[in-house]
Amino acid sequence: MSVDQFLQYLISGITQGSIYALVALGFTIIYAVTRVINFAQGEFVMLGGMLSFLLISSFGIPLIPSLILAVLFTAIIGAIIYLLAIRTAKKASVVSLIIITIGVSIFIRGFTREFLGVDSVRPPFFTGDESLTIFGALIRPQALWIIGTTIVVTIILHLFLSRTMMGNALKASAISTRAAAMVGIDSRVMALTAFVIAAVIGSIGGAVMAPLVLTSYNVGVMLGLKGFVSASIGGFKSPIISVIGGITIGVIESLAVGINWGPFTSSYKDAIAIVALLIILLIRSGRLALEERAD
Amino acid sequence: MRKWVSLLVVLIMLSTTVSLAACSNTSETEESTYKVGAILSVTGAYSNLGVPEKQTLEMLTEEINAEGGINGRQLEMIIYDNESNAEKAATLATRLIERDEVLAILGPTTTGDSMAIIDTVTSGEIPLISMAAGISIITPIEERYWVFKTPQTEKEAVSEIYLYMQENGIKDIAIITDTSGFGAGGRAYLLSEKDSYGINILDDQTFSSGDTSMQSQLTHIKGTDAEAVIVWATDKESSIVASDMKALEMTIPLFASHGIANMAFINNAGEAANGVIFPAGKLLIADQVPATDQQQKILVDYKNDFESKYGTGTISTFGGHAYDALGMLTIALEKMDGDMTLVDARAKLRDEIEKINNFVGTGGVFTMSPQDHLGMLPGSLAMFEIVDGEWTLAP
Amino acid sequence: MFGFVKNKWIYFLVGALLAVMVLIPFDWFMGKYNTLLIFIGLNTMVTVGLCLLMGYTGQVSLGQAAYYGIGAYISAILSKTYGVNPWLAMLIAAIVTGAFAYGIGYLIFRLKGNYLAMATLGLGLIIWILFRQLSEITGGPDGMGGIPYLSIGGFGFYTTFKRYYLVWFFCLALLLISQNIVRSRTGRALRAIHGSEDAAESIGINVAQFKVKIFALSAVFASIAGSLFVHHLRFVSPQPFGFLASVKLVVMAVIGGLASIWGAIFGAATTNILSDELLLGFGELDTIVYGLILMLVMIFMPQGLFVKLKEIIVQWRSKTTQKV
Repeated sequence: MSVDQFLQYLISGITQGSIYALVALGFTIIYAVTRVINFAQGEFVMLGGMLSFLLISSFGIPLIPSLILAVLFTAIIGAIIYLLAIRTAKKASVVSLIIITIGVSIFIRGFTREFLGVDSVRPPFFTGDESLTIFGALIRPQALWIIGTTIVVTIILHLFLSRTMMGNALKASAISTRAAAMVGIDSRVMALTAFVIAAVIGSIGGAVMAPLVLTSYNVGVMLGLKGFVSASIGGFKSPIISVIGGITIGVIESLAVGINWGPFTSSYKDAIAIVALLIILLIRSGRLALEERAD
Repeated sequence: MRKWVSLLVVLIMLSTTVSLAACSNTSETEESTYKVGAILSVTGAYSNLGVPEKQTLEMLTEEINAEGGINGRQLEMIIYDNESNAEKAATLATRLIERDEVLAILGPTTTGDSMAIIDTVTSGEIPLISMAAGISIITPIEERYWVFKTPQTEKEAVSEIYLYMQENGIKDIAIITDTSGFGAGGRAYLLSEKDSYGINILDDQTFSSGDTSMQSQLTHIKGTDAEAVIVWATDKESSIVASDMKALEMTIPLFASHGIANMAFINNAGEAANGVIFPAGKLLIADQVPATDQQQKILVDYKNDFESKYGTGTISTFGGHAYDALGMLTIALEKMDGDMTLVDARAKLRDEIEKINNFVGTGGVFTMSPQDHLGMLPGSLAMFEIVDGEWTLAP
Repeated sequence: MFGFVKNKWIYFLVGALLAVMVLIPFDWFMGKYNTLLIFIGLNTMVTVGLCLLMGYTGQVSLGQAAYYGIGAYISAILSKTYGVNPWLAMLIAAIVTGAFAYGIGYLIFRLKGNYLAMATLGLGLIIWILFRQLSEITGGPDGMGGIPYLSIGGFGFYTTFKRYYLVWFFCLALLLISQNIVRSRTGRALRAIHGSEDAAESIGINVAQFKVKIFALSAVFASIAGSLFVHHLRFVSPQPFGFLASVKLVVMAVIGGLASIWGAIFGAATTNILSDELLLGFGELDTIVYGLILMLVMIFMPQGLFVKLKEIIVQWRSKTTQKV
């Protein structure tokens, strides 16, 4: 593997990892606040991509308004999911909640298929598609958009959580719902906020990645799985670790292809990323057990 | 309120279960119709193949019935969606055989799903016309008495590509394939046939369906001396390969499978689609086929009918496989006469399908025989090149 | 199952039910549903293992379909490729799967809650990838066919009619075994673990070992079902053993009520009937309706449909007896 090639694998991996990271962020924020693993997170990403394509290509609305509309619409869906499905199921156990979100995702997927069809589509690139050269490696402008979006979203989310009143309330709610309630934080409002934020991040991600990776009614399944794996590296706790988790998975997958020896080939790249995750989980198992108990 | 809602849901579930049990004996067949079943991947991983197949069957059934049916009987088409799931295909096959009491089954869409129901149709003694590529569907022939298929096998598509490469002096290549059934089937033939055409495979990369980038694999291929790349996947992943190659500024030619033979590939790959070379049936260029070709009329008619019903540019060769399957079945049904028991009717229908001689379809010209349950004459495939976003015959 | 009917009628009821089950596959009764019923039986076997694991130890498994698949593939490969007697292959499959799960469990049961769920999911995915990639032995994504039927002496299970009895024989056997486990000392230990691991540990229960054992047992159940699956379809491919299949199994367990052994039949039956029978009438809308039903059931009956039904019947009974 030459240096140029290594850089190319790295850049491809980081791009891919940023995609996973954008999905992982949504899992993390909802889990941190509500303890729900939202298996419909992938559908937010799908909706962001499909809606932006629909608005741009079928209705001819310019890029920026299309993106805003697509994100707004998905945010509303996120709020509806919380209000109708999650909040109504008061007595539900963790497993029941997981199944509810799976039901939601099947429903959204079926609905999208019914109205937008089964074909894969590609919305137009934001800023053309002539590759740029960075240290001898090639990168597409849209990939820069994806990486940039991931960085910006992560920073904004971090600032929001650490600097704003609302963010502190969210964090407090994440640490202990009961204690937060005592100081007047309504956990239901917090949960609603978490679902809306997750929907917004998911749909932004979906809209930004769609020109590069295509989108169709069922992209949410695979992306959701990858995002879930990424988020679990950080234990669904910290947004920043989730982002690092996503990028790590992306880079491992890409380098596995580059090594191309023994089990390190493209055929097993998905498995290698999961093995890496399992090892991380097992090494951290002592600490994780303590954390779980503290919940 | 909650209590009532839960009670309601329970009641609905119960009543449907009961009504299900009650209606188990109500499937009295109407004597005046020919019942045919189809199992297709209308949803799931292969929905982009299954949907045009379903649309074609629906369109043709309508046409046949509008013209008075077959032997004066209406054609009743029962289409089930197996969600690209083999287990469900098996359940549905039994359902079609035992409960819907159909005369024959069309489909399934994929090789895996077809393989999953072969035993069911064989022991159920009902003819099956599969729309999937795998050669294992119809071989070994002595174990496939009831099974036929319409699409050309991967082997023919692979040979066509290798032949083209041989003619154009390409020897060293790299392949990149999907790990799902379609890609893995192609990969097997790419590897097994290469020696007969003097092709060297320098790099053998794969990706999973649903992957969003193949840049890493292509970077690896770029590091070899390959003179061409072959991608074996359906249109979505193939278009990502094409545009990732462009992004990596790879200039060697890209060959693809017949899986990209629908407009979605050109739409999604954009500029990167230009120059892609692949084998497919002549359906795509129906208007360019010379009038002397015996397939010409059928190709143009089917394409026009389909596109006027479902929109311009919607034609795909997968729908064509369904057209051929139902076309052959119709010919066999026309030979049926008098009233027979279901078992005899199915056996007679099978014999008639096996006797089909010189059937002109969209995928090629078919002559079935007890030794060959595909019966496609050679020369059914052509090599295409995409030029300025249009299919053209490759030079 | 009939804990709420505590009198002699139970024998009559069980007898009647058994009689119905024996008569079901005949053509004049419900013979047309044999394939469906076979799949319900197979799913019940996997689900009851999951119920033991999830309901009685409180551990989630999002990768159970993988063990179903290991059983299926070992049976398929041994009996087809190596010509091993199918019954022996089935036994080997069960032992290997159990041992494998025991070893894996030993490793991953150090994790808890969502991390454990994650690990089971991850392992399930890896195994599924292996099914697809080791194509020289597994036949790859298109799978392998031509797997022999099961037979005893000269009696072969060639028809769905015969296989119905075969599958349900195994299914009822596994259900009875589970029933015994739950009622035994082990069952009480398991419930203690579910209640509080610390408390269970303090009264001398080796929590970790119990959990791993139950995990291995659930894998053995899945493996037996997998073996029967391949000898029924005579075909195996990776498809039925992926992540979505695991999720579907969890759905079955939850609908049946996690802490209820006999609910497993109910969970498997409702889910299968729903997706293979009732929703076929909805055409392309079926996935939408399926998603909707899944949500509604879980929202309004989080403890499962079966448990809810039981509750309603008990309430109704107590009302009627009060009137008398």
